Amino acid sequence: MEWEVVIGLEIHAQLATKSKIFSGSSTAYGAEANTQANAVDLGLPGVLPVFNEEALRMAVKFGLAIDAEIGMKSVFDRKNYFYPDSPKGYQTTQLHHPIVGMGHIDIELENGESRRINVTRAHLEEDAGKSVHEGFDGMSGIDLNRAGTPLVEIVSEPEMRTAKEAAAYFKKMHSIVTYLGICDGDLSQGSMRCDCNVSLRPKGQEEFGTRTEIKNVNSFRNVERAINTEIQRQMDILEDGGSITQETRLYDADKDETRSMRSKEVENDYRYFPCPDLLPIIIDQEYVDAIKATLPELPDAKKARFQSEHGLSLMDAAVLSSDRQLADYFEAAANISGDYKIAANWVMGDVSAALNRLEISISELPVTAEQLGRLLSLIKDNTLNNGGAKEVFNALLDGKGTDGAEGVDALVDSLGLKQVSDTGAIEEIVAQVLADNPKLVEGYLATPEEKRGKAMGPFIGLTRKAAKGVNPQVVMDVLKQKLSEL
Amino acid sequence: MHNKTIAEISRDLAAGTYSSEEITKDLLTRVSKLDKDINSFITVTEEQALSQAKAADANRAAGNASAWTGVPMAHKDIFCTNGVLTTCGSKMLSNFEAPYDATVVTKFNDAGAVSLGKLNMDEFAMGSSNENSFYGPVANPWDKDRVPGGSSGGSAAAVAAGFVPGATATDTGGSIRQPAALCGVTGLKPTYGRISRYGMIAYASSLDQAGTITHTAEDAAMMMNVMAGFDAKDSTSVDRDVPDYTATLDNSIEGMTIGLPTEYFRDDLSADMQQQVRNAIAEYEKMGAKVKEISLPNTHLAIPAYYVIAPSECSANLSRMDGVRFGHRCEDPKDIEDLYCRSRGEGFGEEVKRRIMVGSYALSAGFYDAYYKKAQQVRRLIKNDFVTAFNDVDIIMGPVTPTPAFKRGEKTSDPVEMYLEDIFTIALNLAGLPGMSVPCGAVNNLPVGLQLIGNFFDEARLLNAGHKFQQATDWHLKTPTGI
Repeated sequence: MEWEVVIGLEIHAQLATKSKIFSGSSTAYGAEANTQANAVDLGLPGVLPVFNEEALRMAVKFGLAIDAEIGMKSVFDRKNYFYPDSPKGYQTTQLHHPIVGMGHIDIELENGESRRINVTRAHLEEDAGKSVHEGFDGMSGIDLNRAGTPLVEIVSEPEMRTAKEAAAYFKKMHSIVTYLGICDGDLSQGSMRCDCNVSLRPKGQEEFGTRTEIKNVNSFRNVERAINTEIQRQMDILEDGGSITQETRLYDADKDETRSMRSKEVENDYRYFPCPDLLPIIIDQEYVDAIKATLPELPDAKKARFQSEHGLSLMDAAVLSSDRQLADYFEAAANISGDYKIAANWVMGDVSAALNRLEISISELPVTAEQLGRLLSLIKDNTLNNGGAKEVFNALLDGKGTDGAEGVDALVDSLGLKQVSDTGAIEEIVAQVLADNPKLVEGYLATPEEKRGKAMGPFIGLTRKAAKGVNPQVVMDVLKQKLSEL
Repeated sequence: MHNKTIAEISRDLAAGTYSSEEITKDLLTRVSKLDKDINSFITVTEEQALSQAKAADANRAAGNASAWTGVPMAHKDIFCTNGVLTTCGSKMLSNFEAPYDATVVTKFNDAGAVSLGKLNMDEFAMGSSNENSFYGPVANPWDKDRVPGGSSGGSAAAVAAGFVPGATATDTGGSIRQPAALCGVTGLKPTYGRISRYGMIAYASSLDQAGTITHTAEDAAMMMNVMAGFDAKDSTSVDRDVPDYTATLDNSIEGMTIGLPTEYFRDDLSADMQQQVRNAIAEYEKMGAKVKEISLPNTHLAIPAYYVIAPSECSANLSRMDGVRFGHRCEDPKDIEDLYCRSRGEGFGEEVKRRIMVGSYALSAGFYDAYYKKAQQVRRLIKNDFVTAFNDVDIIMGPVTPTPAFKRGEKTSDPVEMYLEDIFTIALNLAGLPGMSVPCGAVNNLPVGLQLIGNFFDEARLLNAGHKFQQATDWHLKTPTGI
């Protein structure tokens, strides 16, 4: 049978507020256990939540970025369940009146087309703490540093049909929230987590099949792998005539398999009701408009502009606009050099390779945009050839040279990479090369006219060896001239 | 010294008649001698009280005294007190020393008051007789075989017994007004949002309100001057100017229109009780007030609505008592499920469990609309009754309770019978309105309370009306016969 895959994602993004959503504790990552948990975070008797308005501002920003309806009245509800890392015995979240309603984003497919995915809603809620199961002699420890960190939970419509689409959607959301500066996007620290809802149905059938939910997948690659693994598992069951159990599953990346966490039958009745400790959040159009005015250029707009203003191809523009810092870096370097194509090639080539190799982010790259811009300018005005530029770039990566554009110039000098474009100087070098290699000259002269272009190769190599930094174009011209005179 | 009011003590301390240390010692002695029969205190903080008293005397000597400097009082054990046991009347919190002060506690500390300790109460403020305390029942100082009312039974009994001139209390369905009426003292439940709930252990968050128990309306005004006001730590507290409640106590009430709800004077109220309340109304007429019959047609829905909303909220509010981070934890839990079940099973009393069960049921999938949502709709109707009534009248008056103090054990077998104790008080909590209980008579030598109901944030008028009544009568000055 031919199956259609139905995928919906729930993405939790931690908002980059300084303090928690309902208390003044810091949200910084990595502190000693329970040092960032005050009486409110601990859920002590008598404490009350106070809503952090910065979280509201960020959520509205997100809503505007995905062209969504903004909830002018949103309400916090209590979701009741017992778990040790949930200190109050309920999670404060938004069920019926979320801050962000229906919106949408466009994702790019590999064939270069884009596809619109609708976003059902996004709501504000508090993160839970963490249970620590190692190092307590068979007991569990609870770390409440993370408890109360603000989250937006972004719920997609079940509109994705392949694991690749789901990964592209997750990537695009990552790109949007980091562009907005509302989430640091650090997947390894759990700043963004993804729950994947997967089901299969016979092609052409309208009704959805039974779905499973894969919890807390935390990388783009694993979203794709986990979903593919789950699709295969479900398909095997269905092909054998079995049925899917609605349940929550966990993805084990090491074994590349999903396994059952808990089945729906024993799941809690969450007994949602409006939180009586918090007033409904009422905002007006003026408030929304003021936030709208602060929105940065978003990935899609930047991509379009890179194509129209800088003449980049769709793929180049898409790659360079996917990450705000990378885009900013590219644009700054390109603006200095005035050549967007060379800048694009460099950023996607040497710069990206260096980032991957060193496993660092663009903000940590030792070569600043100013320095790259300078380097590209030097290529453009023929002061450096490509090889020389790479040498300077690598020297900068190694921490050599001084800051700023001057640092680039100094390295060019000290490494003796300045390209010689002076015809007179090159003529002398070429003459010397020809004089030193009479056998090669003989061979060349014996070559038939139509093959002489290729036979010129050894002379070019020897000339460039004799004088680093000679302009290859000038060398060609001079060689042609000199050889034709023989 | 023990029957003095806050106002009198404040004046005496200012005049140097005695020091704060002297009256504090005197009251502590009285507590240690007599409270074994009343059981109004869960914790007496003798050492802390004496050091506060000494500090107050030193401040006074240095010329830094205000109305409250050195005045003794005590807190209901629902308010968190830094470093002091805060039990909420429950085994669950029998080992809980709060690491912080409730806003109300901070305010009294800052005002220079001296706290003698923490007062007994029904467990987690659930009850109308103070028989639901892990620390044992409280006796009514008028008759030790009778209940003091609840849940602020310790507060009412302590003031009536002359242990403290004033006490903090809380009222979710009548928990200030009903015990005040049963103990012959004055109790004020302010408008919802008038006083911070921060640090006050939540029973039903949308109904809970801190208030006062004192001998007189004047003393209640003095307590309100300390307690009232917006608190950034409580999102439901209201940012609104706080008047000087003592400034308007003596205003004339000539021409004030009193509304008498027909629904409050029906068969549920005995003829004796009715007579006492009617006498009090007549007193107001003598002072120039006008009386008008009004109707609050949804009164009969208040108890059913309350017993859906309050348990629903409490079922979530009490979830944090899970034995994980504080409070009672069972011995040798075998896993987390066992830890939850046994810690909560052992830590909570019967009534608390009953309400958690009722609330969990009312909020369950499939029942929410029929119970919780419906109850909220009823709540709006009840509020609208009052809003309409206040278009025509300045104040509403009626009984506080259907009967005077009943015998211990008399109503414990039938929860619904007990719930009916709050039939006249509970609607105010649903509406969020302020209410006050003022001693207005006696039946069989047991005190009877008159309930004054004000419009939103009209506490000053309640205190004014209460004070004028107390200027004209002496019911509030009667001394309990059982102690």
